[in-house]
Amino acid sequence: MGIPMTFVPPDFVSVMPEIFVLSMACAVLVIDVFLKDEQRGITFGLCQLTLLGALLLTLIGYGTDTTVTFNGHFIRDAMGDVLKVGIYVAIAMVLLFSRDYLIARGIHRGEYYVLALLGVLGMMVMVSAASFLTAYLGLELLSLSLYALVAFDRDNAQCSEAAMKYFVLGALASGMLLYGISMIYGTTGSLDLRVVAGAAIENRDGSLLPALGVAFLVVGLAFKLGAVPFHMWLPDVYQGAPTSVTLYVGSAPKLAAFALLMRILVEGLGGLESDWQQMLIVLSVLSIAVGNVIAIAQTNIKRMLAYSTISHVGFILLGIIAGTADGYSAAMFYALTYVLTTVGSFGIIILAGRSGCEVENIQDLRGLNDRSPWFAFLMLVMMMSTAGIPFLVGFYAKFAVLMAIVNVGMVGLAVYAVVLSVVGAFYYLRVVKVMYFDKSEDSIPILAALDTKIVIGANGLILILLGLYPTGLMGVCISALQ
Amino acid sequence: MLTVYIFIVLMPLFGAIAAGLFGKKIGRRAAHWITILGVGGSFVLSLVVFNRHVLSGEPDFNGTLYTWAMMEGVRLEIGFLVDSLTAMMITVVTFVSLMVHIYTIGYMKEDDGYQRFFSYISLFTFSMLMLVMSNNFLQLFFGWEAVGVVSYLLIGFWYKRPTAIYANMKAFLVNRVGDFGFLLGIASILMFFNSLDYADVFHAAPLYADKTISIGGGQWSLMTITCILLFIGAMGKSAQVPLHVWLPDSMEGPTPISALIHAATMVTAGIFMVARMSPLFELSSTALSFVLVIGSITALFMGLLGIVQNDIKRVVAYSTLSQLGYMTVALGVSAYSAAVFHLMTHAFFKALLFLAAGSVIIGMHHEQDMRKMGGLRKYMPITWITSLIGSLALIGFPGFSGFYSKDSIIEAVKASHIPGSGFAYFAVIVGVFVTAFYSFRMYFLVFHGKERFQHSHAGDSRHAGAEEHGGHVDGHDHQHGHGHRPHESPAVVTVPLIMLAIPSIFIGGMTIGSMLFGSYFEGVIYVAPEHDALAHLAEHFHGAISFALHGILGLPFWLAMAGVWSAWFIYMKHPEYAEHIRLKLGPIHQILERKYGFDDFNQMFFADGSRRLGSALWKFGDAGLIDGLLVNGSARTIGWVASVVRHIQSGYLFHYAFAMIVGLLGLLTWIVVR
Repeated sequence: MGIPMTFVPPDFVSVMPEIFVLSMACAVLVIDVFLKDEQRGITFGLCQLTLLGALLLTLIGYGTDTTVTFNGHFIRDAMGDVLKVGIYVAIAMVLLFSRDYLIARGIHRGEYYVLALLGVLGMMVMVSAASFLTAYLGLELLSLSLYALVAFDRDNAQCSEAAMKYFVLGALASGMLLYGISMIYGTTGSLDLRVVAGAAIENRDGSLLPALGVAFLVVGLAFKLGAVPFHMWLPDVYQGAPTSVTLYVGSAPKLAAFALLMRILVEGLGGLESDWQQMLIVLSVLSIAVGNVIAIAQTNIKRMLAYSTISHVGFILLGIIAGTADGYSAAMFYALTYVLTTVGSFGIIILAGRSGCEVENIQDLRGLNDRSPWFAFLMLVMMMSTAGIPFLVGFYAKFAVLMAIVNVGMVGLAVYAVVLSVVGAFYYLRVVKVMYFDKSEDSIPILAALDTKIVIGANGLILILLGLYPTGLMGVCISALQ
Repeated sequence: MLTVYIFIVLMPLFGAIAAGLFGKKIGRRAAHWITILGVGGSFVLSLVVFNRHVLSGEPDFNGTLYTWAMMEGVRLEIGFLVDSLTAMMITVVTFVSLMVHIYTIGYMKEDDGYQRFFSYISLFTFSMLMLVMSNNFLQLFFGWEAVGVVSYLLIGFWYKRPTAIYANMKAFLVNRVGDFGFLLGIASILMFFNSLDYADVFHAAPLYADKTISIGGGQWSLMTITCILLFIGAMGKSAQVPLHVWLPDSMEGPTPISALIHAATMVTAGIFMVARMSPLFELSSTALSFVLVIGSITALFMGLLGIVQNDIKRVVAYSTLSQLGYMTVALGVSAYSAAVFHLMTHAFFKALLFLAAGSVIIGMHHEQDMRKMGGLRKYMPITWITSLIGSLALIGFPGFSGFYSKDSIIEAVKASHIPGSGFAYFAVIVGVFVTAFYSFRMYFLVFHGKERFQHSHAGDSRHAGAEEHGGHVDGHDHQHGHGHRPHESPAVVTVPLIMLAIPSIFIGGMTIGSMLFGSYFEGVIYVAPEHDALAHLAEHFHGAISFALHGILGLPFWLAMAGVWSAWFIYMKHPEYAEHIRLKLGPIHQILERKYGFDDFNQMFFADGSRRLGSALWKFGDAGLIDGLLVNGSARTIGWVASVVRHIQSGYLFHYAFAMIVGLLGLLTWIVVR
């Protein structure tokens, strides 16, 4: 009936980055088989090259008109490009920080890199999803890679347990997402998000079905983001996984999840905003409270950062709740800077681990200032930024989000968020206190490869520079969402 | 030009970061070289700026470097306003700072915190430059607080000494009071002008001249309130009575910073700020009178305290307070350019006096008590001659730069008719005698008369405090041994003294014509015609030399001479009179010794009072209400919540899945029942 009789060849140019990453992932998989253990550096190099190539391919397309191709399943637009660049950069840093960690633990295997690349591909597909089908495809590709990565240190019982939990709960969430998709498909008759967007508005009256579908979708998405009460997996996975994988899980996938939220809820189901807005408010309020309050009680730093992530997710949701262009760009700014900060802080946690003895508890950071004033300073910057202290980027991110919801009249929500982030400042500052004022039993200096040092230093400086000059990145976010 | 301005500001910052964060790695020599080159570069570029804007007469620069954020139509930005006032300030700041940097090499050479010290003073230079180059209130406030922070860090530089920590805390707390007013003043400007930009505010200010606001039922002039609030900030930073108490104690810091921060630059930030805000202050005669009275009290009464001090640095500190009072008086009579002029000459000769005092302290192996000095003239000839130049400039001896600035202030006060000017004239004219008396008392006690240091170490136990001054260079005193002969300081110390002595003599006569009576501050400082006291002086001004000759006939000169003579008579000719007078004037001496009781009052009322209030609040509010009810109550609640949550976060997979299902059911129920 409606199926076009002529075959429209897909626009391969817009999909070049995805095709490139996929081919390279396959190539790395094959090449790695022929490499000896001590040559694993080649795999690492190839991965970084892949990300660099993808970055260049994406940048070439940046600024051109939005293209929709593959029969409306794939979209390439400014928002997608910006988020993809964020993903490449984050994952490149993750891989860099992981290398020495994996070598030190004897789990430096090629599969890690292949899975990481496939995860990147999954995220890219999520970001560029123009239909429920591609959205689900990308999500599953990412999730399956993550399950495997979490279980990467397979002889470690904790890792396997974390992976198992993540897998089962992830399957449950995927099921709910699919169920929600089916309900929306049932009411609108299409999987294409742009068609859904048109139909959703027409079918507003009467039927509960679209609203129920939205609820299932929100649950599925909230699970990926880690919003309360669908956050249970997060602390366990953060703690159980090898730290380098925690770094992976905690960083770029949040960008992809943000993109998915934008694509499905805002672009696809914008007509049902009144429904999902209320739900997101509940999730956001709960996330900010649970994240900030429970983090105080944590002694394990990875668990603490897990709860910190949960509270940040609450803030990202606030921007989307505002439902204005300002709010969306503020949320995007927040997500990007959150990822940058998380990568940096986990990077330092990885580096601060002594050979054979990992940083597990906050107390393990004792006397970091004596061991390395530079790293302690960087961690100070990261913690202050996450806490939202002025002149660092975290302050501006929070400020922009709060401004957006104040502008739509939700002053109460803004006050609530501010009060709880003051509560949250406590546990970030505790890390600072431990680093600077508690004495370490030993003062083994931190050894790190030169490239790692440079990148982590640059990361810290960028946080300061962005805090002083946020308008640059903010401008990119605003123009990306127009 | 924008690049030049950016470099002026950033070079000291770069030096501070390099010496501060990487000080251990790069070592002592590199730390001082890098900071000196940074500040030196800044100084050279400041000269370029001075040349462009002042000598070549290029138009003022007012531009934004970048916008930090926008909210509700208010731009928060970093920008530079460079006009003749700024050009003069940055030149003076970078010059004095450069001299102090060089001097520090000699003064701090045995200190463990060498790199840290260089990092701090470079950071200070950066902050001070940000303050004076600002074109908006936000950046002004940033610079204001940043110089404050560095000042606290430096007062407490020897953080193992309890007195230093006490002084540091005191400076911090007193400045909070001032900054509170300052912040309220800025807030009031933001509220009524809806802008933080100088140009916008000054432009719109005349429209608000008659605006009143109601506070607590009464009607108050907006401009008066705003200006007084801003001036309270200046009172804290520029140490005006009653917020002056922190400055004498700040002498706990190393001497180079006493010269740089607590004499030449930071403490004059308040004067600079009021001069910069002249378009606002001119709109309120009430505020000007307030400024005038505060300034005159400071000028006279703080000078009197200088007479009874025995610590060489404290004499100079009280003299700084008194001179700041003179500048404030000038502001009060709308002679802003005279205030800024005195600020400039004072920066040179006071930095000189402090650094000379520091040189004496090095020469005496960290002895600061003047009663144990005397006759140093032959041992330290360069320090002696430069101190003499500094003292002559300070007392306003005709021909020296201090004469020009101080005499113009006195003349301006005489010509002014605003309420309070009668008292102010009395204060500044008596102040001249007092200044001359304490300056030369110090000069004679240190450089002339009997050598009291040879045999002064026997009964030293009483001066355990003085011992502590050497404590920071553990072993230093022991190496040299007590009772060693004083010696002249090394070249890194004496060269800055000479370099500062030159402008202390000449700068006043060279610049008075254009700065006070010429067009130097045209378009920068605004004076309402009815307040213009300096215009009256300009009619009688016929060049610097005739001004100096005329000065010899004036009352101030003879008062100064009388002061010098009295000091000589009492402390040189008949040293026994000193003790005699002290006994005769027992009660007055007591009052001066106790510094009019400001410290005692603060200690009793504010420190102890707030401690008592604190402990009362602690017992009732904290222990009873907050701890008992809120904290323990909420701790119990949180404990309960946590225990419940712990059950949920059990680690069991089915619990997690259950939570998700409950969450989903919650959402679904909400949709259905909505």
